[in-house]
Amino acid sequence: MVRRTAFAVLAAVAALALAGCGDDTPAASSSSGSSATPTVSGTVEVFAAASLTGTFTQLGKDFEAAHPGVKVHFNFAGSSALAKQINEGAPADVFASAAPKNMDDVKDKGTPTTFVKNTLEIAVPKGNPGRITGIKDFADKDKKIAICAAQVPCGAAAEKVFKAVGITAQPDSLEQDVKAALTKVGLGEVDAALVYKTDVLSAKDKVEGIEFPESAKAVNEYPIATLSEAPNPDGAKAFVEYVLSDKGKAVLTAAGFDAP
Amino acid sequence: MSRRSRSTSGRVPLVLLLPALLGLAFLVVPLIGLLAKAPWSTLPGQLFSAEVWQALRLSLVCATAATVVCLLLGVPLAWLLARGGLPGRSVIRAFVTVPLVLPPVVGGVALLLVLGRRGLIGQHLDAWFGISLPFTTAGVVVAEAFVAMPFLVISVEGALRAADPRYEEAAATLGAGRWTTFRRVTLPSIAPGIVAGTVLCWARALGEFGATITFAGNFPGRTTTMPLAVYLALETDPDVAVVLSLVLLLVSVVVLASLRERWIGGLR
Repeated sequence: MVRRTAFAVLAAVAALALAGCGDDTPAASSSSGSSATPTVSGTVEVFAAASLTGTFTQLGKDFEAAHPGVKVHFNFAGSSALAKQINEGAPADVFASAAPKNMDDVKDKGTPTTFVKNTLEIAVPKGNPGRITGIKDFADKDKKIAICAAQVPCGAAAEKVFKAVGITAQPDSLEQDVKAALTKVGLGEVDAALVYKTDVLSAKDKVEGIEFPESAKAVNEYPIATLSEAPNPDGAKAFVEYVLSDKGKAVLTAAGFDAP
Repeated sequence: MSRRSRSTSGRVPLVLLLPALLGLAFLVVPLIGLLAKAPWSTLPGQLFSAEVWQALRLSLVCATAATVVCLLLGVPLAWLLARGGLPGRSVIRAFVTVPLVLPPVVGGVALLLVLGRRGLIGQHLDAWFGISLPFTTAGVVVAEAFVAMPFLVISVEGALRAADPRYEEAAATLGAGRWTTFRRVTLPSIAPGIVAGTVLCWARALGEFGATITFAGNFPGRTTTMPLAVYLALETDPDVAVVLSLVLLLVSVVVLASLRERWIGGLR
């Protein structure tokens, strides 16, 4: 665990170094050039939840194309780790969290806006070898089941679902994040896991999704906000606006996210 | 002669002392950070919770079992590398270090691909014997042994290569067979190397996280070792994570310090 702490420190140092070399001149030029209409320039440091990796990478490319000369850097990780890095002083411009709680943990920020919602879905290996029919199978001791640990957002959502259905889940493993749960389904190590709709879509050549009505009881909201200590406030504002625009929404809904 | 011995054993040259102290500080300061952040007032209550003891016991049992596995397989492997006269030895040695280079999570996936329910070997284990390693305590031992074994093999191989082969040759000329020579001459002469390798191996196994959570999953009492408990505690309650880390550190330091004294002391 010492190693993990070290990793977090290293990541923070790396983020600092990156921001340090990228931001000096552009920040100066943007503050001198900004008058009525803020000109966007320099780099925008976006800290985003791991589940946004695919969509935000795409949005970053589109944003760079729409604003020539602007670079978007991403730091994708678990929302709680990102919140910690931001509070420890990592130079982030934008924070997109997979849960309102992690957004609340960040102290100095603009007003958060919910930009997408994500619902849970049952993921089973291609061909459904465990013959999973619905959420009730999660209470079956004989099936190999993975869910997220209660400490991470997808696990908290899973608990809400089980409560709503009125079953006690019998998991074989409490995974550290949703991608780990998805990996175990993809490799066929478990018969089913409870993941997000977007995860099922992202691995659609290896897993199948089974929807269930009680997923409406645990909808996850994703908030996005600019940060008060942003080295590039104009860039931060422009990127958030782009995510909330119709173009941004189109990319996000194509990946399985629901509009808020 | 007298001047030379004074300069090597007496004062440490500044060129060595400065980086040595810097190195020590680099290793110890993060530990001080943990100690400074520890919530001392609530510490006792968190220490004696059932979950902590469960995770700690599982960690110690699994790391020790993994170390035994590594000793049984790793010492012969080190002997083969150092004395076997194998062709392509450097290539084999490179393969031995693969788990060191591989990110542990990738190592865990590799283990799943081989020993998992659908894995190359795992599917037969499952079909013929009904054995399924993932999500079991045995799976934790396998993951830890995979990651920790190189530490043992490299230490023991180094010791073997530094040992004087003339003693083995003398034993052979006196009529000892190869197995007797290995057991009565080689092993005692490389014992310090084996102890050092065992300590490294055990420590690495105790702290193992990535391969364990990927291959064996995470379930309290079955596969949740201390590093896994620490990681998940970090998600919600960093204070608890710090306490758990300190417990693991303290236990490992006590175990290593006491055992090392005994082993090395007994050998002298």
